[in-house]
Amino acid sequence: MTTSAASLPSALRPRQVLSWFGVAPFFLFALLFLILPTLNIVVGAFRNAAGEATLENLGKLLSPSIRSAFWISIELSLLTAVLGCLFGFLIAAAITLGGLPRPLRNAILTFSGVASNFAGVPLAFAFIATLGRLGFVTMLLRHWFGINLYGSGFNIVSFLGLALTYLYFQIPLMVLIITPALEGLRREWREAAESLGASGFQYWRLVALPVLWPSLLGTLALLFANAFGAVATAIALTGSSLSIAPIVLFAQIRGDVLNDPHLGYAIAFAMIVLTAIANGIYILLRMRAERWVK
Amino acid sequence: MTGKRLWSWLAVVLGGLYFLLPLAGMVDFSLRMQRDGYSFGAYRIVLTDAQFQQTFGYSVGLALLTIVLGILIVVPTAYFVRLRFPGLRPIVEFITLLPLVIPPIVIVFGYIRIYNTSSVLPLTGSWWGTNILVLFGYAVLSLPYMYRSVDTGLRTIDIASLTEAAQSLGAGWARILAVVILPNVFVSVLSGAFLTFAIVIGEYVFAALLNVNSFGPYMVWMGGNRAYEPSALAVVAFAITWACMGLIQLFTRFSKFSTVRR
Repeated sequence: MTTSAASLPSALRPRQVLSWFGVAPFFLFALLFLILPTLNIVVGAFRNAAGEATLENLGKLLSPSIRSAFWISIELSLLTAVLGCLFGFLIAAAITLGGLPRPLRNAILTFSGVASNFAGVPLAFAFIATLGRLGFVTMLLRHWFGINLYGSGFNIVSFLGLALTYLYFQIPLMVLIITPALEGLRREWREAAESLGASGFQYWRLVALPVLWPSLLGTLALLFANAFGAVATAIALTGSSLSIAPIVLFAQIRGDVLNDPHLGYAIAFAMIVLTAIANGIYILLRMRAERWVK
Repeated sequence: MTGKRLWSWLAVVLGGLYFLLPLAGMVDFSLRMQRDGYSFGAYRIVLTDAQFQQTFGYSVGLALLTIVLGILIVVPTAYFVRLRFPGLRPIVEFITLLPLVIPPIVIVFGYIRIYNTSSVLPLTGSWWGTNILVLFGYAVLSLPYMYRSVDTGLRTIDIASLTEAAQSLGAGWARILAVVILPNVFVSVLSGAFLTFAIVIGEYVFAALLNVNSFGPYMVWMGGNRAYEPSALAVVAFAITWACMGLIQLFTRFSKFSTVRR
């Protein structure tokens, strides 16, 4: 099959046909294991058990328990996205513009690469070992500073605990994405602004932030989607005691706890819609950002 | 200037505290199994646990197969899209980004609905079928990383000239891909591969919902039933992530010196 095509005298057609065989496995693979399964869920969200078209499933999303699960999820994702952006930006600004030694910058970027991938079950264990009832920091605070963390109402198995844990992969992701953007800020812009008499604050407000804001907002959207889809960390940390949307869906798939498979479709569909919107914003703003930062 | 540097140090030190304390906590907790001081007891129990060896070995095998499958799917596609179908590029790129948009839990939900025992292709019904499903699922998860790194690798070489040269010497497509293109993008392929390894090795959602006994579900089970062993597992997992990222850095740095600048 392969040698015959090469020996054909530059005939375009058989060559082109053969090239199609090169990309066909990819499309078949994407269709079978990515697109069809997702479409199945989307279509299922608009069908009832008898296979008729309906909006009933989506309506059930508004029931108090599901609605509150989504609401907690959105709050958690938004909070960790905003804080992740803020702290990530501060660290990225410190290592790019803060005049710190160069090796430190490289070390932080490498560590960010590791930490942004250190999500899931092990991350949850690390936080339980640190801020759990007998955790490292909990004990440290009690023995050295006399602070009783759990006495003050803190619990790692809570919204706050989950948010603290999520930040461990959110902040590094922000550092990784925003550092190149900050390095793209040209020195001439700052010099030009200063020669026109701008203060540091004015430079940031009128020059740097307008250039950076598509990157900032775009990354915010990306971090939102990143937190929203995270399931393993939440399950390993809280079991199923904190009812967030992905955990509700996980329980539904595992044991049909809602007694209604089509409600599962609707939850999954709503999750796709939310992450798709967030990612759409990211891609759109990223394209705008690339106009300035080269 | 000094004020700015002070603030920068403050940000880095506070950030360092937040990022290093959980690692310290994890290591500290993993060593505390015996009451009278530090010991490697938790590691000894974990590493000699037959369940650990079995699930970990299984996940390593699965990760390696995922990498092979990913290379087989991504390299020809990226190559032909660059060489023959530049028009397909936006579509292919869009598809490879989809796994970042659609939450993994939704994808695996779709698998369970499409490939269940009462469907045309009842993959979830048999041991082989389930494994194939997990394997292809992981290949989907690794698609964004694999495609990006291979495509970036292809950008740095002149594939049109290489292809023509190989063809004029009588090589067919399979041979061109395996002997000419793959070695040239090997470093890029490797960085995609290590990232894939880091993602697959502790993956939980696919494995748990498809009832596969891999390392991820084993870790969660340990988390629910033991006190000190989970921390030892977390240390192991963190070391693997470090190793993967470190190897990526090493290979990309190595490649900077070895490739000819054009």
